[in-house]
Amino acid sequence: MYEVLFWFLTIMAIGCALGVILSRNPVNSVLFLIATFFAISGHYLLLNAQFLAVVNIIVYAGAIMVLFLFVMMLMNLNADVEPQKSRLAQLAGMIAGGVLFLVILAALRTASLSVLDKQSNDIGLIKNLGKVLFTQYVLPFEISSVLFLSAIIGAVVISRKEEVHSTVADGSVNTSDIK
Amino acid sequence: MPIQYYLFLSMALFSIGIMGTLMRRNAIIIFMCIELMLNAVNLLLVAFSKMYVDSSAQIFVFFIMVVAAAEVAVGLAVIVMMHRKVHSVDINILNRLKH
Repeated sequence: MYEVLFWFLTIMAIGCALGVILSRNPVNSVLFLIATFFAISGHYLLLNAQFLAVVNIIVYAGAIMVLFLFVMMLMNLNADVEPQKSRLAQLAGMIAGGVLFLVILAALRTASLSVLDKQSNDIGLIKNLGKVLFTQYVLPFEISSVLFLSAIIGAVVISRKEEVHSTVADGSVNTSDIK
Repeated sequence: MPIQYYLFLSMALFSIGIMGTLMRRNAIIIFMCIELMLNAVNLLLVAFSKMYVDSSAQIFVFFIMVVAAAEVAVGLAVIVMMHRKVHSVDINILNRLKH
């Protein structure tokens, strides 16, 4: 049962990841990426990381990908006529990625790593993760809240419309005219 | 299940992300491939957390998700602003930083 689930989720993850980079329509790419995230969440469940599985679905599939989808709809990008790179550049990219995969595969093929035991442990539950997070890693946790605040402010400042700059420019022109 | 399988799976996802980054011209797709690479690393960290029975790796995954969310918010804001200025998200047009 465990093996069947593992192989099913693996094939689903890799197939949907290939769909992300090969589909012409950007909206299809987003939907494929959401399917990939669901497969990765299934892997987290198999690895006894229940909290991370739920957070992965809520944050990635729920929030981030919806943001991508909104931006894409906002820009009317759901068209199939997307400019593609030249065949040579695509081939070069594919060879570069494949060679990287082969190099790491060859380096780690003979690594002596232990076999994952099948019995479940409870380190991935919210109780244990919360204990570690709020005792050992409480300072990074607080710093990440500051990071979030600055990211929110930065996103709002960057993406707002630029009436302010035009009025400032007009003002400078007016003052120069007065002089 | 040997941990090598998880290693190879996350390496395959990472390589697919790199291929997508190099092959596509749409800036949003490139962003999504970066998210895919981050998720491959997350999967590897969780597998090692299971192997060593240590929850620190899962905390790292949590922080990677936090940073990814912040990065996506700012990056999509930049892409929206660029689209408002040059009406395109094609990186061959965006590489000229002057309009």
